[in-house]
Amino acid sequence: MTDYPGKTAVAEQGWLKAHRFLLLRRFNQFGVLFMFLLGPLFGAWLVTGTLSSSMTLDILPLTDPLLLTQSMLSGTWPAMTGLIGALLVLVFYAVLGGRVFCSWVCPVNLITDLAAWLRRRFDIRSGARLSRNLRWWLLGLVLAFPPLTGVMVWEYVNPVSMLHRGLIFGFGWAWLILLAVFLYDLFLVRRGWCGHLCPVGACYALIGAKSPVHVAATGRERCDDCMDCFDICPEPQVIKPALKGAAAGLGPRIASLDCTRCGRCIDVCSKDVFQLKIKS
Amino acid sequence: MSAPKSNAPVRQGLSRRQFIGETLKTACAVGLVGLGLGLYSRRASSLPAWALRPPGALAEEDFDGACIRCGLCVRDCPYDMLHLARLGQDIPTGTPYFIAREAGCEMCEDIPCVVACPTNALDHALTDIRDADMGLAVLIDQEACIAFQGLRCEVCFNICPVRNEAISLNLQHNARSGKHALFIPVVHSEHCTGCGKCEEACILDQAAIKVLPRHLAQGKLGEHYRLGWEQKQQAGGALVAPDAEHRYNLPEGMRYDHAGEGLIDAPASAPADTPFPANPLDSLNRRGPL
Repeated sequence: MTDYPGKTAVAEQGWLKAHRFLLLRRFNQFGVLFMFLLGPLFGAWLVTGTLSSSMTLDILPLTDPLLLTQSMLSGTWPAMTGLIGALLVLVFYAVLGGRVFCSWVCPVNLITDLAAWLRRRFDIRSGARLSRNLRWWLLGLVLAFPPLTGVMVWEYVNPVSMLHRGLIFGFGWAWLILLAVFLYDLFLVRRGWCGHLCPVGACYALIGAKSPVHVAATGRERCDDCMDCFDICPEPQVIKPALKGAAAGLGPRIASLDCTRCGRCIDVCSKDVFQLKIKS
Repeated sequence: MSAPKSNAPVRQGLSRRQFIGETLKTACAVGLVGLGLGLYSRRASSLPAWALRPPGALAEEDFDGACIRCGLCVRDCPYDMLHLARLGQDIPTGTPYFIAREAGCEMCEDIPCVVACPTNALDHALTDIRDADMGLAVLIDQEACIAFQGLRCEVCFNICPVRNEAISLNLQHNARSGKHALFIPVVHSEHCTGCGKCEEACILDQAAIKVLPRHLAQGKLGEHYRLGWEQKQQAGGALVAPDAEHRYNLPEGMRYDHAGEGLIDAPASAPADTPFPANPLDSLNRRGPL
């Protein structure tokens, strides 16, 4: 195997330290999935529903704010559990950072991370360039559909709910959509879904716009330009201002909405440049 | 064209042009994607008649916008008769449905599926399950229903949770045997909730009674219709003049009076005043008073 991002960090600081955020993330992703699957698989109904809307222990409602917004835009006022659930999710991600959902909870991340890993592993460089702003356009489209057509059109294709609902209630042909996302990420556009198109992620990015939790390049003077963080980052454009912006007065905080706080830059950096920080 | 003197305006102009161009290109592409998705959703959002929505579901066009496809209603159904549609089925993906023939709604008093709904796609205003409207049972095949053969069955009548109100038995003469009765199940739309228990329980290989969406199952009398006997009862008496005079086209030498039991011989004193001309062609040619 050739060079891979984090090789130096593994060599100098050990495998575990160079993968600690990845391991935590996978633990969290599978943990959330496992909680949802306890019921269908083992009959232990701790959590019912899906990521779209769920009920935990008959007391804690959680509802996806983007979905509830679409529902409201179609002209139906939601029930109290839906409103409270969406409010809880809003507050949670407003504090922790919106796209924490993308990297720590969303099941599609498992698929797109696999595609990204395979791209690195087999050095797949083919593909097209796409504007990362497309997700905002799509978010606008998603929100325009319910008031214009009265139908929640996005839910007929949304890979996030397709995958999660598929795992819990059965896929039907929904796995084809996930396969399409995987192949698209693998061969067409690097980080093509989560990093360019996904309107769900865009919505969560907006929710977390004012979050005090962020990754910061606090040790940027130690940076030896190995590029590992750029290689591993699902949204590499967020790193540059924080890491190299000292002269321009930018950073060290990664201020971009796009940062998913996945912590992989912290993992792979052998110089300990990055840190998870809470703005005081 | 003469070349611009400085570089700055060129770069600015180009970048503005590029910006507008790029934006238009993106808008076009997103618009096309939107058109495709929109058209697909028109097809994907139609609900077949054999799939019924849970109690309290909004009218289908509103339901499709309100439901966020979370599956909470499905999970909170104590009888596990609700399903979430999967991609590839003929039902809007991710939305809840049930098939009456497989398992009808048990009409729980506390309606847990409605309580679980976070969006009011299952309307929380529904608090009495007897007000639910999931569809309407229709005895759709009278040739197959054995009650019409004079056989005793009445399973649909007996299983109905709104027994003797939503379905009653109508006794009719059995013309085949000449001495027996037919016990004909009759559905009453004002009481039927569309729960589907009758369709589920029907003893035939294919149910003769089926639950259909109301817009398919129900007819509607024209607004202008008045039922004479009801009008008469409301008014406390006949609304038409009892002695409407019949004057025209009577047999010669007769007059008409219903209270006097109809046609009465009359002296041929005054010739009947008729609006019709003697020559029928004149009336066709609109020559006469008509």
